[in-house]
Amino acid sequence: MSLALRTFSSMKDANAALQVSGTRYLGGGTLVVRAANEGDVAVSSLVRVDDPGLSQIAVSGGKVRLGASVTMAAVARHPELAALAPAARAVGGPAIRNMATVGGNLFAPAPYGDFAVALLALDATVVTEGGEMPIETFLAGRDTSRVIVTAVGFSLPRAESFRFLKVSRVKPKGVSVLSIAALLELAPDGTVTSARIALGCMADRPIRAKAAEKALLGCKLTQQEIAPALAAAGEGIAPITDPVASAWYRAEVLPVHLGRLLLN
Amino acid sequence: MELRKDYFADVRKDGLHEIGQARPRLDSPGHVTGKTAYFADRNFPGMLHLKMVRSPHHHARIRSIDTSEAERHPGVVKVLTAKDVPHNVYTILILIQVGPEDETVLADGKVRWKGEAVVAVLAESERAAQEAAAKVKVDYEVLPAVFDMEEALKPGAPLVNEYHGQNYYLYDSGECRKVRFGDVEAGFAGADHILEQSYQSSPIEHAPTETTGCVVAPEGNDRFTCYTNTQAMFFTLDNTSIILQMPGSKLHFVGGTVGGGFGGKVDVIVEPIAILGAKLTGRPVCFIYSREEEMQISSPRAAEKVVIKDGVMKDGRIVARKVTGYTDAGAYSRHSPYGAQKGAAHYPGPYTIPNVWIDTYCVYTNRTPSSAMRGFGVTIGDFALEVQMDKLARLIGMDPLEFRFINAYRDGDMKAHRQPTEGAALIECMQEASRAADWPVAEKYMAMSSYRKGA
Amino acid sequence: MAKVPVQFTLNGSEKAEFVESGTTLLAALRDKIGDTSPKGGCHQGTCGACSVIIDGELRLSCLTLAETCGGADIKTTAGLAEGGVLHPLQRAFLDAFATQCGFCTPGMIMAAKVLLDRTPNPSREDVVEALSGNICRCTGYEPIIQAVLLAARANSQNAA
Repeated sequence: MSLALRTFSSMKDANAALQVSGTRYLGGGTLVVRAANEGDVAVSSLVRVDDPGLSQIAVSGGKVRLGASVTMAAVARHPELAALAPAARAVGGPAIRNMATVGGNLFAPAPYGDFAVALLALDATVVTEGGEMPIETFLAGRDTSRVIVTAVGFSLPRAESFRFLKVSRVKPKGVSVLSIAALLELAPDGTVTSARIALGCMADRPIRAKAAEKALLGCKLTQQEIAPALAAAGEGIAPITDPVASAWYRAEVLPVHLGRLLLN
Repeated sequence: MELRKDYFADVRKDGLHEIGQARPRLDSPGHVTGKTAYFADRNFPGMLHLKMVRSPHHHARIRSIDTSEAERHPGVVKVLTAKDVPHNVYTILILIQVGPEDETVLADGKVRWKGEAVVAVLAESERAAQEAAAKVKVDYEVLPAVFDMEEALKPGAPLVNEYHGQNYYLYDSGECRKVRFGDVEAGFAGADHILEQSYQSSPIEHAPTETTGCVVAPEGNDRFTCYTNTQAMFFTLDNTSIILQMPGSKLHFVGGTVGGGFGGKVDVIVEPIAILGAKLTGRPVCFIYSREEEMQISSPRAAEKVVIKDGVMKDGRIVARKVTGYTDAGAYSRHSPYGAQKGAAHYPGPYTIPNVWIDTYCVYTNRTPSSAMRGFGVTIGDFALEVQMDKLARLIGMDPLEFRFINAYRDGDMKAHRQPTEGAALIECMQEASRAADWPVAEKYMAMSSYRKGA
Repeated sequence: MAKVPVQFTLNGSEKAEFVESGTTLLAALRDKIGDTSPKGGCHQGTCGACSVIIDGELRLSCLTLAETCGGADIKTTAGLAEGGVLHPLQRAFLDAFATQCGFCTPGMIMAAKVLLDRTPNPSREDVVEALSGNICRCTGYEPIIQAVLLAARANSQNAA
C-alpha cells in the first residue's frame, strides 16, 4: 500500500475519514510526512481539510483565536501577537516555520512542541468539532485523540507578563534542551500575584510546573525570593533522554534556566 | 591571507604562482546552479529501491529467517539473504593483505552489532520495500554483548568475532602494534618526574549532508554501472569484484562527486549488495541510506582510550614516554587495524623523545563498526598528547609553549618508529603562533630552527 | 496505487505530471520533472538541502506533498540563472568560496534568495537567522554568510 492523501472541504467528513485505522491528519507535514519518509509504515493514509478559515488569526477584545493551520511564521509576523513571537520563532528554521502549524505543534512529541508550551502557560482552549477543552485536558489525551483540532483560543497576554525561553545547544537554531513559558502577574510593588509556568522536554509532552507556580506567589522576583520556586521546579518532572541531553542533565539545568527567565 | 615568506627563505624556490592566490574552484559553477550530478541525481526507468532489514540486537544468533511474507508483498521483486551473496565474508583491507576476512555482507548465522544488515528487500517503490522489510521474520537467540574495550580484552568476555578468535586484531607483532625505541624503563628511572594519565573519546559520526548510497544500472551486457558517492573508488570496485566474484571489467564505477564524506564513505557497504540486486533482477537499483541509517549504521570514528606515561626532567626534556592505545573497531575490522597501527607510529607526537614504548590495540566490541574519519588513529591521540604536554609543563612549572620548543622534533632526528625526521616545521609554526597569539617566549626559542640544529 | 494529477509553475514554466498520492514535492521534482537541484539530505526537515520557494515562501520540498502544490509558483536554484547569466547570489557564492561539497548550496541559495527578496540590505544577524534551517557539514558557514552579504551589496550597487 502506498501513502494516500485525501482532501476534504468539510471538517465533518475529514473527521469521519480519520477514524479509519492508519489514518493521520496532515497539517504542515513536518510530523507526519517526516514519519512516512523515515519508514513509519503504520501511517497509510492522510487526510486534510482545505478550509481557508483554518488559517485565520482573529484578535479582538483581548481574545485570540488561532486557526489550527496558522503557521508559526504567521504568528511570528502578526503585529498584535508580538508577545507570542519569541515562542513561534523558537520552532525550527524559516522554512519549517512556514509549514509547521499551531494545530500540529499540539501533537509534537518532546523535544518538539515549543509553541504548545507557550499555549499551555497561556491556559489556551483547544477547539474541535466536538467542542472546546482546556489545553491540559487535551494534551493528556492527545495520544488517543481521533478528532481534528480546528483552533486554539486564549487571552492575549500583556507583553511584560509573558516570558518564553528555549534552550538549545546549537546556535542560532537547535532542538530544545528545554523550553519554559511563564505567565506572571505582578502587583505594583513587584509581588507575584499569579503564576502559570509550562515546561517543554520535562515529560513526553508539555507540563505545568505547579509546585514552582505555587512557591512563586507572594514573592518578588529576586534571587533570594525565587529560590524556593526554583527548588520546586523539578517536582513531578520526568524529562526525556535523547541525543541532545539526558534526563539527568535536563533536570539539573531546569532551575538554572527558570531562574534566568524569572530574573531577566 | 598572508604568506610569510621569511620562513625557510633560503631553502625554498620562491617562484610560487598558485599558492597564496585565490583561484576559482572548478566544481563551484555546477554547485551554485544545481547542475553538479551527485549519484542520487541519476534516475533510471524501472529503478528498484533497496531497503535493509537490520538486527535489533547487539549480539545474537540467528535461528531462522522467514522471508515468505515479504516476498509476497505487493511491489516486491526480490529478497536477498546471505546465501545469495557469492563471497559473503569479506574485509576491505584484504586488498593490502590485511586479513582475515571477518565481515558479512548479509548476516549469516549471527549478528554482532545492533543495525547489522540481515536481509535486503528490493521493491518497486521505497514504501513497498519498507512495508515488506517490516514483514521479514528473523528468530534471534540473544547473546551476551560487550561494549567496553577493556572488558572485551578480559578473559571470559563474550567472543565478538569468530573470524578473529579473540577480541583483538592479531598483528604480525602479536596482540598489539608495538614500537620500541631506547630503554623506556631506564628513562623513567632517571626522570625527575613521572606523569601517567588516561584519555578517552566516544565514537563520532561524520554526518555528511548527503547520505551514503549508490545507484546501479545494468548495461544489458552483464556489465553494471554503479554511480556512487564512495570516497574509495578503487577499493570499492576491487572489493565488489571479490564479493560478487565478478571480474572488475564487468564493473563500471562512476563517482568523485561526494556530498560531504570526511572519511565516512570509505567503507564498501552499499555497492556490492546493490549491484547484486541489479544482477539478479536485471533492473536498476538504488540503495540510499536514510538519515537515521547514516547516523546509526554508517561507521563512526572509533572510540579510543589512550594511556600516556611520561618521564620529564626539571629542565623540560621528556626522557621517556610509554603509551598504550586502544581503538574500538566495533564488531568488524574495516579500517581500524590500520588506524591503530597509525597511532603506534604517531604517539610520540611531533617531539623527539629518546626512550619510547608504544602498544596499540585494535579491539572488537559489539558496537557499530568504526572506520576512517579525518586523521583517524592520530586525531584523538593528538588531543591526548597535547593535553598531556600542558600537564607536564604545569608539573615542572614551565611555560607550555617553551616546553614544546624544548622537545620539538627537528630535521635529522630519528623518530621512534625509525623514520628520520625530514621537512619539520614545528619550530617555525610555534614561532609564528607565538607572535600571532601574542604569547611571547624567550629569545632563544625564537632563534631556533627546524633544520639548523645548532641555532 | 492511485495516481493523482499535479500542475504547477516551476521556474516560470508550466508543469503537469501524474504522481502517486503521497509523493513528496522533492521526489516529484527530482524523479518526475528532472529538476535535481533540490537535494534530499535528511527527509526530516532538519538539513534544508531540499529548500524551494513556493509562492514566495521558503519551504522544505521533502515534507511537502506534491499534490498540495496545485497551481503553485515554485522556484528552485536550477531556475535562478537567466539566459546563462548567474544570479547575484550564485555569483557571490562563487566569488566568496561559499561552496565546498556543494550539496547544501542549492538550499542555502534558496534561503538567501527569500531573505534578499524581502530584506535587500540585511544585517549579518538577519543572514544567520535566514540560513538557520540549512546545515552545511563542510562547515563553510562563514563564507556562506559573507557570500549573502556580498550579493546584497552587489544588488544595492546595481540598483544605485
